[in-house]
This record gives sequence, structure tokens and C-alpha cells, in this order.
Amino acid sequence: MKNDPAINTDMAAAPFSRRTALKALFAQAVGLSFPLPGHSSVDAPLRIGLTPVFLDDQIGFLTHWREWLERKLGQRVQFVQRGSYREVIELLRTSKIDFAWLCGYPYVRYRDELRLVAVPLWRGEPTYYSYLIVDRSQPQLRRLTNLRRKVFAYSDPDSNSGFLYPQYAIAQSGENPAKFFARTFFTWAHRKVIEAVAAGLAAGGAVDGYVWEMLAEIHPQLVQGTQIIERSPPFGFPPFVANKNIPEALETRFRTALLNMADDANGAQLLRLLRLDGFTTADDTLYDSIAWMAAYLNLPRT
Amino acid sequence: MKPLTNLSLRWKIPLRVMFAVLGTAFLITTALLVKDYEEMRANLERNARSLGSLLANTLISPVLHDDVWRAFEILRSVRIEEVPAMSDAASPLLLVIDKERRIFVANEPRRYPLGALVDELRGDVGQMAKQVKWEGNAQQQSITVPESNTLFVISPLVTDGEALGHVVLGYATTAILPHYRELVLRAFWITCLAMLFILPVSWIWARRTAEPLLALASAMRHVPDRLTEAEQAALPESGDEIGQLSAAFRRMIAELKLKQELEEQMVVSERLAAIGRLTAGIAHEINNPLGGMLTAVKTWQKHGEHDPIAAQTVSLLERGLTQIRNTVAALLVETKLQDRSLEPADLEDIYLLVEGEVHARHVTLQIDSNLSAPLPLPATPIRQILLNLILNAIAASPPNGIIAVAVQCTESRHLLLSVCNDGDPIPENQMAYLFEPFATQRKEGHGLGLWVVYQLVKQLNGGLSVESHSGRTCFLVEIPYALPD
Repeated sequence: MKNDPAINTDMAAAPFSRRTALKALFAQAVGLSFPLPGHSSVDAPLRIGLTPVFLDDQIGFLTHWREWLERKLGQRVQFVQRGSYREVIELLRTSKIDFAWLCGYPYVRYRDELRLVAVPLWRGEPTYYSYLIVDRSQPQLRRLTNLRRKVFAYSDPDSNSGFLYPQYAIAQSGENPAKFFARTFFTWAHRKVIEAVAAGLAAGGAVDGYVWEMLAEIHPQLVQGTQIIERSPPFGFPPFVANKNIPEALETRFRTALLNMADDANGAQLLRLLRLDGFTTADDTLYDSIAWMAAYLNLPRT
Repeated sequence: MKPLTNLSLRWKIPLRVMFAVLGTAFLITTALLVKDYEEMRANLERNARSLGSLLANTLISPVLHDDVWRAFEILRSVRIEEVPAMSDAASPLLLVIDKERRIFVANEPRRYPLGALVDELRGDVGQMAKQVKWEGNAQQQSITVPESNTLFVISPLVTDGEALGHVVLGYATTAILPHYRELVLRAFWITCLAMLFILPVSWIWARRTAEPLLALASAMRHVPDRLTEAEQAALPESGDEIGQLSAAFRRMIAELKLKQELEEQMVVSERLAAIGRLTAGIAHEINNPLGGMLTAVKTWQKHGEHDPIAAQTVSLLERGLTQIRNTVAALLVETKLQDRSLEPADLEDIYLLVEGEVHARHVTLQIDSNLSAPLPLPATPIRQILLNLILNAIAASPPNGIIAVAVQCTESRHLLLSVCNDGDPIPENQMAYLFEPFATQRKEGHGLGLWVVYQLVKQLNGGLSVESHSGRTCFLVEIPYALPD
């Protein structure tokens, strides 16, 4: 990445409002509903943080999506990817990026600093599931309690499906999540949880159901070594969120682009690649169940 | 063993050469393959050590941060291509072991689960764990577990002087075997290919080495019965030992032949001498009473009564006795030493003497002589010799044949006489008895001509020989003479 936002954000934070104002002025003067890409691309790009809530390693797809967004927004777009959710969250909270596709868990934690922009629709619903998967070669593992004193793979400590929900499920069964497994580790991506379980490195793991299903479609050999033994209740799908400080107009523009994506021919094609039906606006309460689980786990334990 | 010893050199030499060639090829190939195996083995360990230290450096951070997944990804990224000489099927075992000697991560997590104590593991890893010096050793260690043929290279994970654990690489050394087998197979085929060229060449070369010996051996089989065939055999002509052997063999054959001829001649001349002595004895015994009888006949004719019937009977007796005397005289050849010398004119006389016979038989007689002055040799026996030989030649000659007579005196004071005719050769079985009295096969003649010639030549201390080939039969006489003082 040529323009590392982490480096130049300190300067970018101050002149932000002025630049947006200029842009608005320009749009009025030319009388267009959206600015010309050529002009806006000289401006600082729109920075969108991505996390492994989807298969963020498909570089070709990301290029097409970025170009589509640039066309729709009339502005240069930069995708920002980091090794963990936390780094992306920090970039967002410190305004070094404008938007991010985050998990519901960090969203509920920093709800007052962030704004919900749009929620993806998967299989017609704005929800997804956490899958508890096990090594297929160990058929005696049939439920969560069978995994006691085993090695377990989490995806990311800031993931709902890959960390929060399994912790909650263990706690629900009356166990201490910190001591239930013999050993746990983070793979920092759902896809790698699947790989770790399939390779036998971990006896079980928790993954984003959407990622598992998508991999089952495009790389069936990856999920073949795993077996889903439990599905969670539906949770709010990882949403696109915005930093609270970004101008309303920018947020609206971005939201409009996402919401109209399914109606656009190229956008619909991109959505098909993501195995999503489109985007929708959702009420904040969609994520209350995640917030409740987080609160439950933070209770002092004996 | 016996049949092998008795095997012909025709096979023995090529087979030995083949054996030597194959043995050499086998030994060289084996030596090269053993060397290759050692090298492969050494390569394997060198590779394991360098890969081990590379992994140890790379794994410090994941181990320090307890990042199992990253460590696993690093182990998983060790591709088999980084380990030359290994078959694709056998990847090395990679283990990361923490300070407590528990497995931090392994590239075969099912066999080596996370958190397991290495000392408690069964199999080669457990055996290896017992031999490793875990404490205070910042050096790489190599340990071979012979039961499973596994080579372990243990590299310490050290950061800032603090030991974090160890990286263990386990190579099944049998894994180089498929690769090695490929190498052996290739060497085998290359050797076979080379043999395909070398063997026929060496076979031909070996056969050529054996050939002169075989030729010599087959020539030797003709000795001593068929010397002429042995002499005519194609023997190797070369300067080497076989060539020398052939030359020696030829000399031996020549000497054997000479000896055989001499023996034959000796037998002939001894027999002739015996016959000579016998005939001389008989002739003497006959001559004494014969002389008396002839004298008695003469006396009766001179002084007896002339009864016609008795006179007729006595005359018959006289003729018979005279014939006996002549025959005995012919058998008992005696040279008178007091005789006149041989002169050129004697040869002309001989021509005149046989002229009638020459004409009658329609043959041509050529007399070639270098005799220009009288020779100190008695004329009568020489004339008798020539006459007998020429008459024999005329008899043997076909009509219109040519009889060539040569008379020569040599510087070594020998008189050489040769009488040749172009009639049929003398049969082999007659040669030995040729000069014996009454040995003739002809109808006419009494068979004493050659006997007389032989006796005369012997008495003159000369030599006599016959050469009879198809179309030419020659009698050669050689008589020495001494110049008068």
C-alpha cells in the first residue's frame, strides 16, 4: 500500500471538514449528482478497513470491488487490511480510516464511537451463525462438551462467531471458558481456523458460518476435513460501520452505494461473488444479543 | 571344474574377458553408487542442519508470542523441494518443543498433539528425546535412531541468551531410498548400454586373441603323421610370443620332415647295401662253379666227340651258362679303377648309341653339356650311367616327348648329370624300391638298369636322387672328382 493511512492520518484529521466542504461546493457548481472520478481521485482516498469477516484474501475480487466503489462514489477508495480485528478497530476509532467492515462484537463494544452504515443480507437475512467445527477424523467429538481438555482454535479475540459465542456457550454449560480447553490459539482468520481443524492441529474450532459455507462452495477440499457439530442462534451479520466523526454526507453516499449495489449489474455480480444478497439498513438492536453475551462473560466468576 | 578346464581357448579367452569386463563394470558402478549414497546421506544431514537453524531463527517470534498458528504455518511452508534427494512422499517431521519439553507445534499434529511431553512419546521421537542433551546446549545436535532409520537434527531456539525451546527435524533416511533406487536403476541401464557396446567389441577382440593359438593348436594336431599339412597351415606371422612360437613350430616341422626323409633314405640305402652284399656273395658263389662249367663246356667242344645231338645239347648248356654269367656280371657291378678319363666325345658316342631308339619312339633328345676338357673320372661307368638313365627316360617318355639331358662340371669339382623326361610320374609306392634289382613294373627289360646305375654311383662316391612330379621326372646324379696333381 503506497499511502499508509497510519502515517498521514495525523495531518488528515484536522483539514477534514474543509475538504468535505470543498467537495460539496464543487458538486454544486458542476451540477452533477456525483463528482467526476478524475477530479476526486486527486483527493485523499476514502479509506475502508476490511477484516476477515469475509474472505478478504481474494485480491482480484477486492480490486474489482474497489473500482466499482470508486465509480459509484466518484472518489478514490483504499482498502485497509490488518493482521487482526483490533488493529482495524483502532484505526477506525482514531479516525485513520473512515469505514470498516467489522464484526458485531467490536461494534457493540464501541457503539458510541461508531455508526452503523449497512448490514449485508445473507440468504435473505441480515444474520449469520457461529459454527462449532471439529476434526472430521475424530468422530467421537459430537458436541461441545466432548472438546473438554482438547486443543481449540479461535479465529480472533474480537470476533463474535470465532471467540465470543463459543466462550459464551462454554460458560452456559457451566464451565469456565478459560480452563475448559487444554490449549487454545488464535489463527486471526476464520479460514485458517478451518485449516487448523482440518490439519488436526486443533480438535475443534469456532468459525463464521458465512465464511464456512462460502468456502464449502468455492474450496470444498478445505472444509472436507471439518465437521459442523453445533450451530449458534442467528446473530447480526458483521456490519459496515463508520467513524462517528465523518461527515454525514459521506456516510450517506457510501450507504447509498452499498444499498443500491444489488440493483446495479456490476454490483450484483460482485455480490454474487461474495455470496451476499445485498445490503440493508438495520436497527442497532440487531446486535443486542452479542452485547448481552459480552456482558454475561464479563460478570465476575467464581 | 573339469569341463571348464578342458574348454577350448576359443571360448575360454572371450569368457574370461567378458567376466573381467562385467566384473569391472560391476565394481566401478558399485563404488560410485556407494559414494553417491554417502554423499546423499551427508547432504541430507547438511540440509537438515541448515534448515534447522533457519527454522529456529524464524520460529523465535511465534514461540515468544505463543502464536501456535503462525508457527504451524511456518512449519507447513517447509516444502519438500527444499530437501533435495528426498522422495516426494516423505516429508521431514518438524517439531517445535518448548522449555518444558512439551510439543509447542508439529507439522503432523495428529501424531504429535500440542502439549504432549516428548519424553513420554512412544516411537523414535521418544527414543530421540532420551538421547538429546536438552539443557545448556546451544549447539545443534544430530541423533540417529537406528530402529526407524531416522535422523533427527535438534536446533535450539535461543533469543537473547534465553532458551525458548528446540526445533526438531526428523528425516527418515529410508526416504532417500526411492531416489537412490532411481539412481541405481539409471546406473544399471547406463552400464547395460555401455556393455552393449563394450561386450561385442571385447568378444571379437578376445576371439582374435585366441585365433592364432587355435591355428597353432590345429597345425600341431597334424604332427607327426601329416607333416606336409602342418607345414602348409596358415600360422600367425607376428613378433609376439605366438609369432615366435609359430616360427619355432615351423622350424620343428622342417627338421622333422628332414629327419623323416633322411630316415627313409637311410632305410632305402641300407636295404640296397644289403641287397648289394647279398648279390655280391651269391654272384661269387655262382661265378666259381660257373667258370668251371663254362671251361668244361669249352673243353668238350674242343676235344669231345662230335655227336650232333650232344653238340646241340652242350651248345644249349653253353648259352644258358653264358646268360647266367651275364646276369651275375650285371648284378655284380664292378668299376675298373684303371680306365681312361671322360671326354666330351663320350657324350657324342652316347647320342649315337641311343639314336635308333630315339627315332623308333619318336622322342626328342636334348643333350646340354659344358664339358670342354677331359675329366679325371672313369669314362666307362659314366657312360653306362648316362646310357641306362637315357634308355629308361626314352621308355618312360610318351610319343613326341622331350628328354632333356644335362652334363655339368661345377666349380666345387662335381660332375652333375640330370636326365629328365615328361612322362607319367613314378608312382609313390615304387619310389622306395626304385633302385632295387628286378623292381621294374615294365614288361620289357630285366629291371637291372637302375640297380647298375646305383651301384656305379655308389662306387664313385656319388649321390643319386629322383624328383618325380606330374609331367616331369628327373634323375640327378652328382659325382665328385679330384684334379690330378
